[in-house]
Amino acid sequence: MTKIDTSGPEHVLPTPSQTVGPFYGYALPFRGGEDIAPLGHPDTVTVHGYVLDGEGDPLPDALVELWGPRPDGTVPQVDGSLRRDPATGAYLGRNGVEFTGWGRIQTDPNGHWYARTLRPGARGRGAPYLSVCVFARGLLMHLFTRIYLPGDAAALAGDPLLARVGDRRDTLMATDEGSGTYRFDIRLQGEGETVFLEFQ
Amino acid sequence: MALTQQHIDQEIAAEHAAYEKRVADGAPVEHHPRRDYTPYRSSVLRHPEQPPVSIDTSRDPEMVELHSPAFGERDITGIDNDLTRQHTGEPVGERITVSGRLLDRAGRPVRGQLIEIWQANSAGRYAHHREQHDAPLDANFTGVGRTLTDAEGRYHFTTIQPGPYPWRNHVNAWRPAHIHFSVFGAAFTQRLVTQMYFPNDPLFAYDPILQSVTDDAARQRLVATYDHGLSVPEFSLGYHWDIVLDGPAATWIEEGR
Repeated sequence: MTKIDTSGPEHVLPTPSQTVGPFYGYALPFRGGEDIAPLGHPDTVTVHGYVLDGEGDPLPDALVELWGPRPDGTVPQVDGSLRRDPATGAYLGRNGVEFTGWGRIQTDPNGHWYARTLRPGARGRGAPYLSVCVFARGLLMHLFTRIYLPGDAAALAGDPLLARVGDRRDTLMATDEGSGTYRFDIRLQGEGETVFLEFQ
Repeated sequence: MALTQQHIDQEIAAEHAAYEKRVADGAPVEHHPRRDYTPYRSSVLRHPEQPPVSIDTSRDPEMVELHSPAFGERDITGIDNDLTRQHTGEPVGERITVSGRLLDRAGRPVRGQLIEIWQANSAGRYAHHREQHDAPLDANFTGVGRTLTDAEGRYHFTTIQPGPYPWRNHVNAWRPAHIHFSVFGAAFTQRLVTQMYFPNDPLFAYDPILQSVTDDAARQRLVATYDHGLSVPEFSLGYHWDIVLDGPAATWIEEGR
């Protein structure tokens, strides 16, 4: 039955995940999805990389979603990432001023993606990070991970997740390429496999 | 040697039997597919081999993942949920109405959140350049819709019944008709991409993507129910499909909602 009976928790069971499939490309990506930072903001950083399979081949049909807090650590709760044109229904673009914190990027034919966003601020006990969700053809359920940016060595050393994952820590750390640009590859399988997360 | 449907059927049966045995031996019910489901060949090189690192969200209620971006009226326009009105002419095919509620694991409605759908046209063809299925495109149907859930967590789409289509996983591989759904919950941890299927489709048993959900009851939750009350007179047939999001959200008390 797909009318959920909410009279008891034993009836409220999750809807299973399915692959995003190969043909989301005309539906989910939107122009400017990668431009999360307000135009010309001085704290803008570029984060980029490849999504790679178990043979090291890049995925041309993956989708990456990013969430990040503001530089002061607060999480934006404003809409407007996907602003629409009321006349045509077409994507109108972000308004260029507000920071919604959210972006969606399709890998290009070379399996590469990039986003321009604001450097996130710390929240709670951990080091600051960008939250990531990865979808792709062949992935029956999305994958969560995090991007930590190098810089504050003390905060990174004290981060509970980075401490837990031991020698796999580097898979969660972006590499500083200078000029506010950071490289972060997502390896779905095999040597150097990215640490993926599940939330409970 | 080309991979046949019979070969895939045997693999599906073996995966199902292995799941039944795990549950009989005391393992928990699996509501979601495993990422390494061999009958779906695209999964073979794309699934992590390491177990995911588990994070207890109750110990860190400030984490970014518990606070999703908000979606609102600026993110959609009024007719984004009517896929039959996106072009100047009428799309070909049987019009359908799809509606249901978005709920969390406590059965509470998830309000004001974005639901996006995409699908093939009535001939089983996507409006996508890499789609190679030799079926006609429909100039009056793109197959993309968006909406926000209302105060009761309800969503509503008007669209065209999609056709089944071949997809080259193996020889004579055909996907049952389906609509893709992308859903945001009240937190990043509840994010879901899934597919809705139509009742009594003869292709269910042959499809490794649907069968990747090895639990019979969980798989049934991907199949919409025909609902005559949702059918619109002289216009469309109605299907009801409720969606339940997994994963934790920040508690409502903490957020003061």
